[in-house]
Amino acid sequence: MNQLGTSVELLEDTAKRCRRHIVKMVHKAGAGHPGGSLSAIDLIVGLYGTQMRIDVSNPNWTDRDRFVMSKGHASPAVYSILHEIGFLSQSDLDGFRTLGSVCQGHVDMKWTDGVDFSAGSLGMGLSFGIGCAFAGRMDGKEYQTWVMMGDGETQEGQVWEALMSASYHNLNNLNVIIDRNRIQNDDFMDVQMEIGDIASKVASFDWSVKEIDGHDMQQIIEAIEWASNTDSPCAIIAHTIKGKGVSFMEDNPSFHGKAPNDDELAIAMEELQ
Amino acid sequence: MSAPSTGGASRDGYGAALLELANDPRVVVLEADLGKSTKSCLFRAEHPERTISMGIAEQNMVSVAAGLSSCGKVPFASTFAIFSERAFEQVRNGVARPGLIVHLCGSHGGIHTGTDGSSAQSIEDLAIYRTIPKMTVMHPCDDVSTKELTKQLLDHDSPSYTRTARNKTPRMYDDASVADLRIGKGSILREGSDVAIIACGVMVHKAVTAANNLADEGVDVCVVDMHTIKPLDTNLIEKISSKCRGIVTVEDHSVIGGLGSSISEYLSGSNPTKVTRLGVQDRFGESGDSEELLDLVGLTVERIEEACREL
Repeated sequence: MNQLGTSVELLEDTAKRCRRHIVKMVHKAGAGHPGGSLSAIDLIVGLYGTQMRIDVSNPNWTDRDRFVMSKGHASPAVYSILHEIGFLSQSDLDGFRTLGSVCQGHVDMKWTDGVDFSAGSLGMGLSFGIGCAFAGRMDGKEYQTWVMMGDGETQEGQVWEALMSASYHNLNNLNVIIDRNRIQNDDFMDVQMEIGDIASKVASFDWSVKEIDGHDMQQIIEAIEWASNTDSPCAIIAHTIKGKGVSFMEDNPSFHGKAPNDDELAIAMEELQ
Repeated sequence: MSAPSTGGASRDGYGAALLELANDPRVVVLEADLGKSTKSCLFRAEHPERTISMGIAEQNMVSVAAGLSSCGKVPFASTFAIFSERAFEQVRNGVARPGLIVHLCGSHGGIHTGTDGSSAQSIEDLAIYRTIPKMTVMHPCDDVSTKELTKQLLDHDSPSYTRTARNKTPRMYDDASVADLRIGKGSILREGSDVAIIACGVMVHKAVTAANNLADEGVDVCVVDMHTIKPLDTNLIEKISSKCRGIVTVEDHSVIGGLGSSISEYLSGSNPTKVTRLGVQDRFGESGDSEELLDLVGLTVERIEEACREL
């Protein structure tokens, strides 16, 4: 598995360290997406801590579980966990968004060991994950494919093409986690284009669906375990708070894609002790 | 080079190639409810376990193909040329950018598609796919060459877009001559030193006919089947432009961005040569049969001859 440890307490500690990495990376780069990284990080830590079968010494291991970060702007969240498990060094994180860095602005499989998908354009990840799941099934492999999407991302029509096809083809080795933080780039979703009851909409496409508190590590672990063992494509709708853990970023649309200044960094670091 | 014989449509060559490629277990075929039209249905009939029906959802199809490629498969996805354009950004961002090898085939390309009308007649596909870094773009002229070039994609080191045509055109190759074809290398169908006609797809046989007619007038015309628009065979163009006094490009595609543009772009920086670009002159098509439509937009043997004489 990996060195994160699987107890709730250890995973919560890891998530807190990841939050510090996230805020520091975005501050240092002077750009990036802290809000959606902080909303997603507990889910990502729970997934990597308890489910993802990967091998840091062999990033292209063909039997590895796949993690498709469709909301690729939340790249600091991914880089922080890849740092915690040994794929990326501190200096890699320090290079976030700079020329030649392995930590590109949006996660990119071409640049970063441990990244399975090149994101940046929303709505494509679930389809990509379907391809991974199909390949695994055709080859008789046991790996699972986990896709993480944002809730705003469900506004893309391709997401529904993908949902329809995954259940039609009964891809039970595919699961999606939807980070339901209710905020998108310009504003709250209910101002921009509210999706409403995602759970019932996804369920109507014949997916198994579970709703959880996306910051409750115990619920996260249980939901991931459930999805992993359910014989159909599964969706975890994780209710989260954008910017979770940093008071002035929480539920604040302006920190979707904005870096904290020096003073804000200091406050954030204090809050994330 | 044997005389043109009646053949199939280039899409038939695509279907036949997939069947032969099936020996490689990495090959997976994706369809978007047009398998009977693109001819991937031939593969489906024999290998249903490696054929994925994506429904009428081209964006999903292309991104699923990217995922398959990332896990070691060699996906061949097809739909109408025009509908593949709906997934242009998926090809750009999801396939080519991460360097994944997906082979996309757009059938029913060009105004030659006929009675379905302008909504089905892609005249910009070659142009748009050509702008994507490292993308191979092909438009073979008959079923035999399409089969050969599609088979060569199996071990090709970049993603590709191949346009095929709906309707039958005379066969330009036979089993012997097709063996010399290579992706990225133009094929000289007729040697000549006065003027060169460089054509692709359904216009190639008209180019040869025009050249034969011009020979009767004492004009010595070279004809090239430029089945690969990208990477462009610049060595061949260099050679031809040094020998001939001008070039006529002929394509069932917009004159903006396609074969003629790509040759002009190259020559303007290396060996400025007079190029007359015959193609669809910045307009949409309409319903009609193939030959009527080609007449309508001036893609005729007579117009090719005239353009050669003008040079």
